[in-house]
Amino acid sequence: MREALLLTEHLTMQFGGVVAVDDLNIKIPTGEITALIGPNGAGKTTAFNVITGGYQPTCGRVIFDGQIIAENHPRSKMKKIYSGTYTEPSTQTVVHTPDQITRLGMARTFQNIRLFKDLSVFENVLIAKHCHIKASLFGSTFRLNRAEERAMRAESEALLDRVGLLSSANEKSSSLPYGKQRRLEIARALATGPRLLLLDEPAAGMNPKETDELSAFIVEIKEAFGLTIFLIEHHMNLVMDISDSIYVLDYGKTIAYGTPAEIQNNERVIQAYLGVDES
Amino acid sequence: MKKKISKPTIYSLGALALFVAFLYWLDANRLTQGMVISVLQKGAILALVATSMNLLNGFTGLFSLGQAGFMSIGAYTTAILIIPVKNLDGVYYMNGVHPAIKALRVVMAQAPPFMQTIFPFVALLLGATIAALVALVVGLAVLRLKSDYLAIATLGLSEIVRSIFSSPQFDQITNGSYGLNKIPNFPPMFFGLIPSLITPFIITGVCVAFIVLLINSSYGRAFKAIREDEIAAEAMGISLYKHKEMSFVISSFFSAIAGGMLAMYMRSIEAKTFSITLTYDILLIVVIGGIGSVTGSVVSAFLVTAAKEWWLRFFDQPLSLFGFEVPLFRTGFRMVIFSILLMIVVLIYRKGLFGTNEFSWTWLTSKKARRKP
Repeated sequence: MREALLLTEHLTMQFGGVVAVDDLNIKIPTGEITALIGPNGAGKTTAFNVITGGYQPTCGRVIFDGQIIAENHPRSKMKKIYSGTYTEPSTQTVVHTPDQITRLGMARTFQNIRLFKDLSVFENVLIAKHCHIKASLFGSTFRLNRAEERAMRAESEALLDRVGLLSSANEKSSSLPYGKQRRLEIARALATGPRLLLLDEPAAGMNPKETDELSAFIVEIKEAFGLTIFLIEHHMNLVMDISDSIYVLDYGKTIAYGTPAEIQNNERVIQAYLGVDES
Repeated sequence: MKKKISKPTIYSLGALALFVAFLYWLDANRLTQGMVISVLQKGAILALVATSMNLLNGFTGLFSLGQAGFMSIGAYTTAILIIPVKNLDGVYYMNGVHPAIKALRVVMAQAPPFMQTIFPFVALLLGATIAALVALVVGLAVLRLKSDYLAIATLGLSEIVRSIFSSPQFDQITNGSYGLNKIPNFPPMFFGLIPSLITPFIITGVCVAFIVLLINSSYGRAFKAIREDEIAAEAMGISLYKHKEMSFVISSFFSAIAGGMLAMYMRSIEAKTFSITLTYDILLIVVIGGIGSVTGSVVSAFLVTAAKEWWLRFFDQPLSLFGFEVPLFRTGFRMVIFSILLMIVVLIYRKGLFGTNEFSWTWLTSKKARRKP
């Protein structure tokens, strides 16, 4: 197995008494496509939110490219409530906000599309370039960073061309058809220059033809930008087609891990999806 | 490489030249045109504070109602630093002036005349800087709040600032509830090359130009992203805290400059001037102009001021038709008409006069581009 770009150790996320993610240990090898599947409410999106800094984990840690980006091991009273199955001694607490994590090279898309609706397609991508800006507020206001600004615009244009949205660059992003909005969201995430791309149900609401196009698109950008991809998806065709390995979550717990072929024949996975035969 | 000047640019420059010529004409006839001058000057001041409020509310999506507080910081700082030394004792006749202020003012008065001409602008900048610092510190706490909660917190801040200025403990500095008067009018600029009447227009012009440049820069785009969707903006690597703080500080800075100008315009200020109603007046201008449109705020600042102070004066005079005295026409009736007009405007233009669009000549000339609100 290749070196892991993203690691989670004993990752637990509890909301009061609800354990949304329970002792999640995943390894995402560099340059591969890893999928996270599971029935509705299994805690997949919560896991994403913890990894990208939206929530602070109640226990466990996230390591991205050798750097700890989130770590929390509850102490004293909290330990009893929130440490899950983790029994080792409490250590440091590390917190990164989502924007810091994005600047480290991890970008994401959202399950329910979150584009900047009133802004143009081009602006949506251009804004994502802002996170690596070098000019100060005043430098940027007085246009002292012309070269940087020009480079940002050129790169955004090239990116839009690459994903096939250049022709609608000046349209309002909310006026795009659904499939293209999904594509724009991926383009916007790519504009932040990530090494790891997290896709939260990229094919949600798509018809089979659009889903096939999306599969090809994901593989294409993975090769073109040298990405590692971690995705949540319900379309099993897409998952089985493009994933190198799959994690299956149910009620916050990891119930299976393996290659697509292994997962397809895993008894517990079939039970989680179809229910147990009680007769 | 020679750049071709486009038609809209020519129109804009022409309109600007006409406006400047008009201002010079007003300056020559300032004795007979008092009403026009005062309406335009007040319009210019409100245009600046409305634009700064729009930067925060319309472009960054932070619903803040603290404008009057920051204006008062600018107004008081400016006033204390520019009331002529010989009038100081007269102004603070009840409580006496604080020795430190007196000493500072005496030192300032001994500066060469060349420095004297710059002091009013230094005072404006100092007031704005203090307001910006206050915003920086307060922002650490209140910018964690969202929407209505932020509005209430900033409203509270504005009231706190007002009560501090009117409190007896600060009598020797702010003259408590008596307020400050004998504030000199606008100073001329560039050693008298530009008459004092035009000064507020130039200050507003420069400040609004800065805000427009900021909005169109990369940071301005980041502000808009926060307005559109905070979670997505943060996921795109935009630090919410940093950018909100920037917008808040800059908006407060320019509000304070407008506050300082208001002190020069009104010649006397008191804490009551900067009560909540002032913020509401500005909010009204922003909403009428269009939340998210700078030109909207500027145009609506002039329109609202002119309607309120000038065009509707007619309703305040007694009117007799065919020997019959119309009962409603008396002092104060103009505000009733003004409020009704406002309701009509808001009903017709749901998103304000400009919506989120900016004024452009093509927009004015082609009916096709004109979108129904």
